Amino acid sequence: MSLVNFTSREITCKIVYYGPGRSGKTTNLHYIYERVPDTRRGRMVSLATQTDRTLFFDFLPIDLGQISGFSTRFQLYTVPGQVYYNATRRLVLQGADGVVFVGDSQARQLDENIESLQNLQANLLEHGVDVRTMPLVMQYNKQDLPRELILTPAELDDALNFRSVPSFAADALHGKGVFEALKAISELVLKKLAAGSPAT
Amino acid sequence: MTSTLNQRFTFDTFVVGAANRLAVTAGRTVAENPGSAYNPLFIYSGSGLGKTHVLMGIGHAAKALAPQLNIEYLTLDEYVEAFHAAIAAGQGDAFRRRFQNVGVLLVDDVQFLTNRKEMQAELLRLTEALQQAGHQIVLASDRPPAEIADLDERLISRFSGGLVVDMGVPDYETRVAILRRKADERGTAFQPGVLETIAKIEFPNVRELMGALNRIVAFQAVNDTPLNEEAVRKVLGIPTGAPPTAASPTAASPDEFSQFLTDVTTTVGKAVEAWRARVTEAVLRWEGEGYRTGRLQKLLDQHTPPAVDEEIAAYVQDVERLKALAAEVATLDPQAAGDKVFHDPERMEDAEATAARVRDGAAPPPAPSAVFPLDGYMPGPSNEVAVSAARDVIAKPGKKYNPLVIVGKSGLGKTHLLNAIGLALARKKGAIVACLSTQGFVDELIAAIDGNRVDWWRARYRRCTALLLDDIQLLAGKQRTQEELFNLFNQFLDAERQLVFTAPAHPNTLEGLEERIVSRLEGGLVVEVGEPDKEVRRRALERLLKHQHVAADAALLDYLGDRPVDSVRTLSGLVQRVVEAAAAQDTAVTAGLAREVLEGAPPAGARRTAGARTSGLVVSSAGGVRSREKMVWDWPASADRVIEDLR
Repeated sequence: MSLVNFTSREITCKIVYYGPGRSGKTTNLHYIYERVPDTRRGRMVSLATQTDRTLFFDFLPIDLGQISGFSTRFQLYTVPGQVYYNATRRLVLQGADGVVFVGDSQARQLDENIESLQNLQANLLEHGVDVRTMPLVMQYNKQDLPRELILTPAELDDALNFRSVPSFAADALHGKGVFEALKAISELVLKKLAAGSPAT
Repeated sequence: MTSTLNQRFTFDTFVVGAANRLAVTAGRTVAENPGSAYNPLFIYSGSGLGKTHVLMGIGHAAKALAPQLNIEYLTLDEYVEAFHAAIAAGQGDAFRRRFQNVGVLLVDDVQFLTNRKEMQAELLRLTEALQQAGHQIVLASDRPPAEIADLDERLISRFSGGLVVDMGVPDYETRVAILRRKADERGTAFQPGVLETIAKIEFPNVRELMGALNRIVAFQAVNDTPLNEEAVRKVLGIPTGAPPTAASPTAASPDEFSQFLTDVTTTVGKAVEAWRARVTEAVLRWEGEGYRTGRLQKLLDQHTPPAVDEEIAAYVQDVERLKALAAEVATLDPQAAGDKVFHDPERMEDAEATAARVRDGAAPPPAPSAVFPLDGYMPGPSNEVAVSAARDVIAKPGKKYNPLVIVGKSGLGKTHLLNAIGLALARKKGAIVACLSTQGFVDELIAAIDGNRVDWWRARYRRCTALLLDDIQLLAGKQRTQEELFNLFNQFLDAERQLVFTAPAHPNTLEGLEERIVSRLEGGLVVEVGEPDKEVRRRALERLLKHQHVAADAALLDYLGDRPVDSVRTLSGLVQRVVEAAAAQDTAVTAGLAREVLEGAPPAGARRTAGARTSGLVVSSAGGVRSREKMVWDWPASADRVIEDLR
């Protein structure tokens, strides 16, 4: 669904924030939302449970305006992290152009991270997409927690980042690593779009 | 079609007082966070209290904070006109798109939505679209939404859904602050207490306050010594009293996002072939402005890059030419400027031809009459302020006193002075001066409405560098003309083009004129022309007698000069009678003869001529009017006619 559409001169990118429950995906979107000028952002749609867990998904459209003659739009989605919402995750993942995997840096969450990464792989496969061709960046969130509770980015890279994609240490609540991850995934997606788009 | 923001109308030049603080604070907030704080913001106040100033202030402030923001200021009337032109040109959608992309839309004079159902629907649609897109809309009106007659309920609720604020009449302290600032701007120094005296008068609006200041400036200009408090009181004549400040919140900086945007732009730039990007950019840009881009789009169909830059440059050159043509045509006939050919670079020749046609059909507006030169105007103490103001207007048209309103009774030479100003202004380079009677102005408008050429009529006046209307009181009850004049008025004031009017009495005492017109008239300089004093009468006599080839001896001058006359015109009538009588008797004009003619015991031969029924019509004894039956003094007296009938 993503495209460089030469006829309507539009570029639309769908970027999905994926990861285990409570890893900070919605926080990423909130941070971005607050930094984007009003004129550029659409309404952030968030369907959450009473305890603030994402029930369905968050959606944040951002209008980047005219870039090289293309009207460029980013659509940022999060998936619900909890295991029992897999159907929703699969749905949201459909047509994604890029994935930001938001990992939880806490040592005790490592298994959840691995499980979620495997789930991502499985869901992409259901859509007929090989995870190796999908633009992906890793974001290790909650790096602001006490040292003894968390793993370092290097340890996390060892445990999760088999493909050696770009990875970022992050503290989404305060914005560290948020735009860095968004920028990295945007570049990957745009490069892939350009490479894959027809000549006209 | 949209107006540019007047550079003088910023928040910095706006004097904030208790009566307008809320509106200004809301305005600043909106300028700093367009689309999020109060949307829409609706400002209302009586005429002359600074709505337009605040509206433009918001525009300037928003522009200063976000230079890339697209800001449009326009009056409702301009919006309507642009809409009609777009519809006529088949560009309705482009028109809508254009306004939907405006970041901050400032619409003035929304009260004119009354009885304009289709425009209400259009504005409703626009307001909704802008709100949804998070774009700011600010409206100004002379009354609250609910009081705009005949306004759609949905619009009322939408307008009221944002923030509705009013601006009141400034209090004493604010008035003093305003006067001080304006006096500073004009570089005029006053004696202590003078400005405070002016401020004591509770003017209904700031514009009239400015009118009073103008009067004082004008009077001080013809006096050698500065006016003191007492003199000011005499010139203005009446007396009355809270505090000023401002607030400004700050906005969070979207730095991270800007950085991100720059990075993405670079990435996309690398991903798309550069020449294609240039072409698409050009296509988008010109399409957005409503031009046909087929020529450019064809380039995109090619595989290898053609001479892209040359093609684009040629295209842009054509578009610029079209713009120039359309602009030229718009000044002559706005309806014709909406023609499709002015948006199609592939039909350059047609566009040139259309423009040539319009050029041929354009007629200049009525010019001032050459028989009223300024040196033919006799100055004296009774009219020196007016003459001095006229000279100032001629020296600095549009800058010093705008509008200039000359008031005085009939026959005192207002028309003469008006035409004299017009003649002098018309001599300036590139000047187009419209000088005509208000009746003529009304008649032209009626003819234009009748011929469905109102746009053309408007354009004819809009391109004038000065507009001079005689007998402005004749506008009474003519609502449409008042509305048209109001719009012209604003455009002339904004562009610093001179307006001069004459009226029999102070504008605020004239009946049937709308408040907004009156306040604008009072906001310039109102000068009176008094009954001719002895000096003026004497000079006028000398001139009149010279015209009649009569030797003016002192006795004759003294006698005629002392006659109780209230205007030069009456005086001219007297001279006429005496000269006629002298011609009838074939004698010389002397003081004795004049006394006989004017005070009774007329000589037999001049009996009929001496009837006291002159019309004031000046006819040269040398026979300026050939047709004798048109001469009033040759008609039989009514008594004679009755006797003839009985026989």
